[in-house]
Amino acid sequence: MQASDRFNINSQLEHLQAKYVGTGHADLNRFEWAVNIQRDSYASYIGHYPILAYFAIAENESIARERYNFMQKMLLPCGLPPEREDD
Amino acid sequence: MPSVQPHHIFTLDPFPQALTLKHQLHQARSRSRSAMSSDDQEIARLQEERKKLDQQLASLSSLTYDTDLYGGSDRDAYVTSIPVTEDDDAPDALDSEVARKLASYTAPKSILKEMPRSAGEDDGDLGLKKSQRIIDREDDYRRRRLNRVISPDRHDAFAAGDKTPDVSVRTYADIMREEALKREKEDTLRAIAKKKKEEEEAAKAGGGEKEKEKEKEKEGPAAQKRRNRWDQSQDDGGAGAAAVKKAKTGSDWDLPDSTPGIGRWDATPTPGRIGDATPSVGRRNRWDETPTPGRVVDSDATPGAATPGATPAGMTWDATPKLPGMATPTPKKQRSRWDETPATMGSATPMAGATPAAAFTPGVTPLGGVDLATPTPGAINLRGPITPEQYNLLRWEKDIEERNRPLTDEELDAMFPQEGYKILEPPASYVPIRTPARKILATPTPIGTPLYAIPEETRGQQFDVPKEVPGGLPFMKPEDYQYFGSLLNEENEEELSPEEQKERKIMKLLLKVKNGTPPQRKTALRQLTDKAREFGAGPLFNRILPLLMQPTLEDQERHLLVKVIDRVLYKLDELVRPFVHKILVVIEPLLIDEDYYARVEGREIISNLSKAAGLATMIAAMRPDIDNIDEYVRNTTARAFSVVASALGIPALLPFLKAVCQSKKSWQARHTGIKIVQQIAILIGCAVLPHLKSLVEIIEHGLNDENQKVRTITALSLAALAEAAAPYGIESFDSVLKPLWKGIRSHRGKVLAAFLKAIGFIIPLMDALYASYYTKEVMVILIREFQSPDEEMKKIVLKVVKQCVSTEGVEPDYIRNDILPDFFRNFWIRRMALDRRNYKQLVETTVEIANKVGVADIVGRVVEDLKDESEPYRRMVMETIEKVVANLGASDIDSRLEELLIDGILYAFQEQTSDDANVMLNGFGAVVNSLGQRVKPYLPQICGTIKWRLNNKSAKVRQQAADLISRIAVVMKQCQEEQLMGHLGVVLYEYLGEEYPEVLGSILGALKAIVNVIGMTKMTPPIKDLLPRLTPILKNRHEKVQENCIDLVGRIADRGAEFVPAKEWMRICFELLDMLKAHKKGIRRATVNTFGYIAKAIGPQDVLATLLNNLKVQERQNRVCTTVAIAIVAETCLPFTVLPALMNEYRVPELNVQNGVLKSMSFLFEYIGEMGKDYIYAVTPLLEDALMDRDLVHRQTAASAVKHMALGVAGLGCEDALIHLLNYVWPNIFETSPHVINAVMEAIEGMRVALGPALVLNYCLQGLFHPARKVREVYWKIYNSLYIGSQDALVAAYPILDDEQNNIYSRPELAMFV
Repeated sequence: MQASDRFNINSQLEHLQAKYVGTGHADLNRFEWAVNIQRDSYASYIGHYPILAYFAIAENESIARERYNFMQKMLLPCGLPPEREDD
Repeated sequence: MPSVQPHHIFTLDPFPQALTLKHQLHQARSRSRSAMSSDDQEIARLQEERKKLDQQLASLSSLTYDTDLYGGSDRDAYVTSIPVTEDDDAPDALDSEVARKLASYTAPKSILKEMPRSAGEDDGDLGLKKSQRIIDREDDYRRRRLNRVISPDRHDAFAAGDKTPDVSVRTYADIMREEALKREKEDTLRAIAKKKKEEEEAAKAGGGEKEKEKEKEKEGPAAQKRRNRWDQSQDDGGAGAAAVKKAKTGSDWDLPDSTPGIGRWDATPTPGRIGDATPSVGRRNRWDETPTPGRVVDSDATPGAATPGATPAGMTWDATPKLPGMATPTPKKQRSRWDETPATMGSATPMAGATPAAAFTPGVTPLGGVDLATPTPGAINLRGPITPEQYNLLRWEKDIEERNRPLTDEELDAMFPQEGYKILEPPASYVPIRTPARKILATPTPIGTPLYAIPEETRGQQFDVPKEVPGGLPFMKPEDYQYFGSLLNEENEEELSPEEQKERKIMKLLLKVKNGTPPQRKTALRQLTDKAREFGAGPLFNRILPLLMQPTLEDQERHLLVKVIDRVLYKLDELVRPFVHKILVVIEPLLIDEDYYARVEGREIISNLSKAAGLATMIAAMRPDIDNIDEYVRNTTARAFSVVASALGIPALLPFLKAVCQSKKSWQARHTGIKIVQQIAILIGCAVLPHLKSLVEIIEHGLNDENQKVRTITALSLAALAEAAAPYGIESFDSVLKPLWKGIRSHRGKVLAAFLKAIGFIIPLMDALYASYYTKEVMVILIREFQSPDEEMKKIVLKVVKQCVSTEGVEPDYIRNDILPDFFRNFWIRRMALDRRNYKQLVETTVEIANKVGVADIVGRVVEDLKDESEPYRRMVMETIEKVVANLGASDIDSRLEELLIDGILYAFQEQTSDDANVMLNGFGAVVNSLGQRVKPYLPQICGTIKWRLNNKSAKVRQQAADLISRIAVVMKQCQEEQLMGHLGVVLYEYLGEEYPEVLGSILGALKAIVNVIGMTKMTPPIKDLLPRLTPILKNRHEKVQENCIDLVGRIADRGAEFVPAKEWMRICFELLDMLKAHKKGIRRATVNTFGYIAKAIGPQDVLATLLNNLKVQERQNRVCTTVAIAIVAETCLPFTVLPALMNEYRVPELNVQNGVLKSMSFLFEYIGEMGKDYIYAVTPLLEDALMDRDLVHRQTAASAVKHMALGVAGLGCEDALIHLLNYVWPNIFETSPHVINAVMEAIEGMRVALGPALVLNYCLQGLFHPARKVREVYWKIYNSLYIGSQDALVAAYPILDDEQNNIYSRPELAMFV
């Protein structure tokens, strides 16, 4: 990379992207990515009321309960992180 | 003008040189040409008229041109920088020099001051280049920064913990003691001066004999004083002398053992002088001061190095960095005037050592080195900061010495004949003089004058080139040698101690930052930052800060060094504590710099510094300066404190401020404390509101202070607080209302002005009822002060009147009856127009009054003054009328007043001799526009004036007249004066031969205004005559002409293209091509638009052919504009008319053409948007080809075309083509060139929008976990932009992940089914 490239928009792009929660990078592992996917999914379910209502009917739960459950699941959506192999 | 025909002129004088003649010729020619055109009679009549007018031509010669239309010198009116200080913050400080510069019509003071210097300036630039040095633009007050001393490091109580501070370290207590002593000294001096004066007066009163006695007495101490400077015998001298001495040596007072210091001349131990005659103790004079080891006398004088523990006084010696390796016996000495300067030479150069300072200078001969007993001017210079004059002196000296250097053997050989001479051996007893002191005298004494010899050319000879700087270091300026000189000593780096190596490294980096090229500077700055903690705060600041005190510093250098400090501060954090004061000394002056950015930079540094060092350290460092005897120090300290307050929060500083403002010890402390509050208010504005009450409480007692300055500053601070808080916070000021009220009744002069100002700013915060009451109360005093001769008072009174009048509760009737008569009598006088600040303030206030009492009252009062004999005054009246009328309209103006007004304006307009700021023009325009149809009866008269002036000799007058036409064209239309406008059109048409571009531009602008309002059909001269006349003008290179001309042509092309034959339009197209590369964006834009209009009028084929040909030219700018023009043509004439030809052009095997085609396509699809869906299939093969091309630019441009295409057709069912294109775009994701990758990423983003994120995600998934990191990085980048763009939509498209042993990755919810 040239010195001039260091400050142009392309290099800033990654920095900008990194500001958002849920974006990834080259060292992301399967678990971390999956956590992001799960959280995004739950957030999306909660955000779209019709989907929430649909799940509520399918599970025979109240909508509020469904919402609560999804929110709880966002805490540790995939369980505890696996042990790192390298350390 | 003589009524000769052009031929006559030729015969009489074939080479008319006078400009006027040329001008007449030009006019005559244009006249004869236009006579050939259709309106013969009309023109003949006009000529008659003009001849008549010419005869009565008055001497209106010097009008300035209309800068508004062209250069936009309107910017003069803008505030170029936000003032740090309030205008009238000056009663005790800093009379704003800058503002005053504008006030007078003479040359600005800065220039006058500059003049004597520029004579002796570097002759290199011949006075063409303006000096870049900061010092050259500073006034005396700001220059006082150089008097400050970079104080030694201070004790850091935090780092030390509970330990008792080392004796050698300066603690807070030490400094406070020093300051107290300084103050005492100042007081004593003042007392002495006072006493002397009294004595003198008494002596005058007394008899002659007595006087003689007195004189004798006075002589005693004076002589004593002089001796004191050279030899420090403290034992003798009378009581009177002791008093003087005390004052003189203040800085040594607190030395624990009050060691008699040795003068600086003792510093050189000269070993060769052992055999000197022993001088008697009683007779010490400065000639025998050189202390030699053998001298008994000196043994009692303790050299400074022997008492290192002595608390260093605020002397420059100690301020300088001490190099451990070079610790020389710097004598602890009395403060003599030689040391007054904040010199830094000190221990940076080994003073007494064998290496003379001259080693640092490029010259061969030592310049009267520092170690000379006899002080030559040069030697003194090297010590202190060197003024520019001294530099020149030094340079000359160097030059002369260069010529007078001792001759070498070779030179002597060349000079004398080979035969007949014998070279003698030097006698055995000859010993060369080693004492440098006498050597300098010995060398330049050539015996007889040597004859001239043609010098032999030696290639290696260095003339004036400074010694090469080793190791790729940047060039050193002469003034840098005293700081960086030691870098020139090519010592072996390994032999140096680690400390010295570090020093050297820092110096190198700093030199690179200061003088290096941008890349050098960048890396050096980064290294300094990265290694800041490794280098340590001490060595860093000891190097940087002296540089900032360098008197020859330039803006750029200062900026860079300040940047270094800023970066380093971050890294050092709490390590800066001992250096806080030093840093402040060099940074505080930035806070009052003229340059806005310097001020901002200063604030930033101080703010960072206070965050790094903490409040306690900041207070400890700055407290002693608060009651410094020097007003400059107090002023800058107050400003610095306000920055600290804004950085660390006002509440943190409140207790301290409270204590300072109540200081009983000195009024200076109270004054500064209150000033800090003022500065806080100015700095942070409405953010003072939460603390308003406490701030007011802290300073309120100052209104009754015994010291007048404190009372003044308190009132000013209250004014600043009220201004910052407006319109809230009146309740906080309750407690000060009463003292203020009492104050304005009991005070006079400056204090009263300050009090009035405070009230003026508090009244607008009040409720309507109270405001009205208080206004009436204060108005009595204001009206009394209307007559004050004091300028400052005048300004404040005007300001307060403005504030009061604009307040809600003040009734118009009251203003009309009680204020206006006195106001106009006292302020609307000619003298007020002469001072710029008065002028501005008066106009503002009057406009504010007019807002309350209406137009008629104000205009009625001043309208007569439009015929005043003083032009500045007329201008002030005009500006006021303009503003009032523009604000409030002209409906209040009755017919009588209207008549007077127009009459006055016409008079003022015609009588003007200069109108730099366009006041007259704007005023005229504003009045005519606001009167609207009522102007109709006066229009013939106005047009008469305009026509008359259009024919004026002076270009500026003509220009102004043309500008006026463009201002009033709309109103003329409203008045249905179309015939008159047509007439004006013809007149203007005739003047198209104008040779001054500024005027020509204005004439074109006026024509444009007329065409705009009366339309193409009714325009006279008819468009078919007008346009051909414009075509050659398009060639004119002047920007103003170009812009107005292209606007006019574009207008005609838009509205009246049918009046002109197609062939003429084609010619114009060719002319326009050149304008596509104009510098001004407005011109390029107008040109491109005109292309569109023309293409629409005559069909795209011909225009397109021209444009496509233009793609072959080399010039990039031109090609870019052409592509834009093609896209515009495609947009206006629909793409199908353009695309075939364009795509055909892509077959030309030439890079530029193909890229041009692609670029036009990119613009084209950008402009046509969703219309693109009909063309996407047609262009896809072309884009396929481009996206596979070897040339990067092809792919880049094609990618951006794809982006625009995708965005345009999103949702229109072109997915198949887009996916096809995406397949061609995708392989380019690994490009590294920034423009290409940018275009590719944007194309993919476009695809995300058009095809949906799910599809693009599928492209992505293959590389997210690729084994190669480089691949992963790119794919994650795409994924991230995808994710940020449509996070929610991705939820449905994520791949199914299977659960692992402990982790659930599946999303069962998505499988639910009802």
